Amino acid sequence: MVKQNANWSPYDNNGGTCVAIAGSDYCVIAADTRMSTGYSILSRDYSKIHKLADKAVLSSSGFQADVKALQKVLKSRHLIYQHQHNKQMSCPAMAQLLSNTLYFKRFFPYYAFNVLGGLDEEGKGCVFTYDAVGSYEKVGYSAQGSGSTLIMPFLDNQLKSPSPLLLPAQDSNTPLSEAEAVDLVKTVFASATERDIYTGDSLEIMVLKADGVKTELMALRKD
Amino acid sequence: MTFTIPIENGNEVKNAEADSQRTLYPYVTGTSVVAIKYKDGILMASDMGGSYGSTLRYKNIERMKAIGKHSLLGASGEISDFQEILRYLDELVLNDNMWDDGNSLGPKEVHNYLTRVMYNRRNKFNPLWNTLVLGGVKNGEKYLGMVSMIGVSFEDNHVATGFGNHLARPILRDEWREDLSFEDGVKLLEKCMRVLLYRDRSAINKLQIAKMTEEGVTVSEPYSLKTFWEFSAFTNPTVGAEGSW
Repeated sequence: MVKQNANWSPYDNNGGTCVAIAGSDYCVIAADTRMSTGYSILSRDYSKIHKLADKAVLSSSGFQADVKALQKVLKSRHLIYQHQHNKQMSCPAMAQLLSNTLYFKRFFPYYAFNVLGGLDEEGKGCVFTYDAVGSYEKVGYSAQGSGSTLIMPFLDNQLKSPSPLLLPAQDSNTPLSEAEAVDLVKTVFASATERDIYTGDSLEIMVLKADGVKTELMALRKD
Repeated sequence: MTFTIPIENGNEVKNAEADSQRTLYPYVTGTSVVAIKYKDGILMASDMGGSYGSTLRYKNIERMKAIGKHSLLGASGEISDFQEILRYLDELVLNDNMWDDGNSLGPKEVHNYLTRVMYNRRNKFNPLWNTLVLGGVKNGEKYLGMVSMIGVSFEDNHVATGFGNHLARPILRDEWREDLSFEDGVKLLEKCMRVLLYRDRSAINKLQIAKMTEEGVTVSEPYSLKTFWEFSAFTNPTVGAEGSW
């Protein structure tokens, strides 16, 4: 019998876009709530934002079964960390853990496009952006997912982050206020929704500050 | 998209045997399942057909089963894999009962368990070829979720599998509302099943509707829907486009 190829794919793209922007003392993490498969919409209010620790919030688009599994692994590793160290993981620590977890499945990857947002040890906002196999970088802002190509150039234009290659290293966080950053996020998602069929329905915005988390929901076009 | 499973040299014989055990394609399949939340709980509908490719081989398959005290599972896809899942769930429910601690598995827990099972089989490249609908009520809280064969899961106020996603979901998005009465819920489901009957070639006119409330599960006796085939779109499909067929 000739070896047959599988006529099913272990991967699927459930679409969606995730964005995060780091400020001087806050971090904005946002994602749309549409989950699709092929040309169908499965759910109009599926949250892609997961709070991993007090100061680290993960937003992932891509294949949602892998995203859920990834989130469970990180959640349990965080619990073990808390038991062993008697404190919550910092955002930079979670960033490294996420990278290692992704690379661990380098030869059967988690099809997840992640943006990790939070506050670093000094209370400044921080955003880490990833590819599917764990390559990551600390940045001032990032967009991942189906609408990322529409959003990133606009964020580059509006937030004008200094080059990470400069010496001495310059702070990549935006000087914008929290309200201005949230407004920018709403604008980029409204624009991305117009042209990306996988982005829409509604927008979930989470703002992380030293005193806690605020969540806001904004309607987007449903078509 | 096809996906090649890599095999190392030297282990060909052993892997060839293991390979022959892997699911390649489904054989006996059930078509759509449609489910909604209503005032008292969950309503779920599916027909009783089991197709063997294009042959309608089985006409008395129950594709919805009660799980424990609080859940209702409906499945489309490979029937033998559904039966396997029921065996897994039997064991799960048995172990849950053996604790004898007054606690019982709710629909959220069963849905999570099924998601893990489907995902793990997908990881081993040997999927259970089903799309599952899991509904239930526990302590007044209604729950309705879906799991696909590769482990994608979500919950919503209304779900449907297969063709139901394309034909029934739009109707539900338009006409579903919070706190439907039992009669309205059944009418809505029947509307969806009727459309599926007209347009899904693997659907048959013999369906069951299952009701899940705090009191328990009742699966109706099989019955058929009244259909109307004299629509001009059916009798004279090319009247608007001469020369077409």
